[in-house]
Amino acid sequence: MMRFSIQTIPFALVFLASGLTSVHAGEHVYSANNAKWKTECGACHLAYPPQLLPAASWRVMMTQLDKHFGADASLDAKTAAEISAFLEANAGRNKREATGKPSQRITGTRWFKQEHDEVPTRIWSSPAVKQPGNCAACHTQAERGDYSERSLRVPR
Amino acid sequence: MKHLSHKLIILLALAATGLAQPVFALTAADTLRQLEQSAKQTDPNFKGVSVQRGERLFKATHGAEWSCASCHTENPGASGKHAKTGKLIAPLAPAANAERFTRPDKVEKWFRRNCNDVLSRACTASEQGDVLAYLMTIKN
Ligand code: HEC
Ligand code: HEC
Ligand code: HEC
Repeated sequence: MMRFSIQTIPFALVFLASGLTSVHAGEHVYSANNAKWKTECGACHLAYPPQLLPAASWRVMMTQLDKHFGADASLDAKTAAEISAFLEANAGRNKREATGKPSQRITGTRWFKQEHDEVPTRIWSSPAVKQPGNCAACHTQAERGDYSERSLRVPR
Repeated sequence: MKHLSHKLIILLALAATGLAQPVFALTAADTLRQLEQSAKQTDPNFKGVSVQRGERLFKATHGAEWSCASCHTENPGASGKHAKTGKLIAPLAPAANAERFTRPDKVEKWFRRNCNDVLSRACTASEQGDVLAYLMTIKN
């Protein structure tokens, strides 16, 4: 016998929206998860961790999905609302990861450029990487949200 | 008769797998039939789908940078690659990928997005039927 009261629903929703957030400080493993986000935002590229942009950036992006970096990524309103809630609940609060005006590109943030300033320019455009947004070319476990140094293999 | 036996096989298969599949899942053939239905309803001149038209729509560019083949390749029986991000895309032809054209909301979503990117407009039901008819001729 399972009893499910209506009062538990809001808590369940909050829990789902925030995912199982456990960012190990300094380790750069982002484990927040949401099934809709993973499928919808992982269809054309890997699902970029919500922690890597501030809430303001996600909010703007989610209202312009029909013109998303030159592609139509539009969603039905219900799915978009669920994903927006998840992205904003887990968005970057850390100053380091979310400074400057709300950029739509993780790779355009000052944080990203600083973190990657040791990567030689020719590597970014090499056949194995092609563009900075292709995180998994170097962060071999990026699909699982793991950007730690342990799993880093920069192609030469 | 042919339809009936088809349905029966699906039912038996569902029973055998203990309803492992959602009951509302369609086959690609079901999806094609639905597209033909709505083409008939919206276009009085509709005279059936065409594999040739579908292939032409799929492989040509239509005034924008991409064709369907830019991401799904000239051979939709093989894996594709997103033209901008490089991400791998599973084959589009149902013979090579049994999940294709089985979920109406997914089919609707990607036709909407991709036709918009390639033709700068929505594809009609008959155009969608043409493309699916073409994809169903691809053998794995
Ligand atoms: C229809 C395909 C498609 C879908 C679906 C999609 N994107 Fe994108 N996204 C792109 C393309 C194309 C780019 C630009 C790639 C490039 O130029 O490097 C991009 C880039 C991005 C970037 C910038 C990456 C960088 O370079 O820093 C972010 C962030 C992003 N997408 C988030 C999302 C989110 C969140 C979702 C889900 C709501 C989503 N995307 C769904 C196609 C898509
Ligand atoms: C060309 C290879 C390459 C690509 C592509 C790349 N990175 Fe990195 N990344 C590195 C290197 C090298 C470092 C520096 C590690 C260090 O010096 O500690 C790094 C560091 C990081 C760190 C900090 C890790 C730590 O432990 O300090 C994060 C987070 C990160 N990258 C995220 C991303 C994201 C998100 C993307 C895609 C949008 C991306 N990277 C694309 C090579 C790459
Ligand atoms: C810029 C890249 C790109 C272009 C161009 C493109 N597609 Fe796609 N298409 C995708 C991606 C990404 C997916 C979703 C990923 C997946 O399901 O494997 C997809 C999925 C689909 C689906 C979903 C099928 C299903 O049931 O799973 C259909 C239908 C489709 N595309 C048709 C087309 C047609 C028709 C065109 C040309 C008008 C086209 N695509 C052009 C990238 C593209």
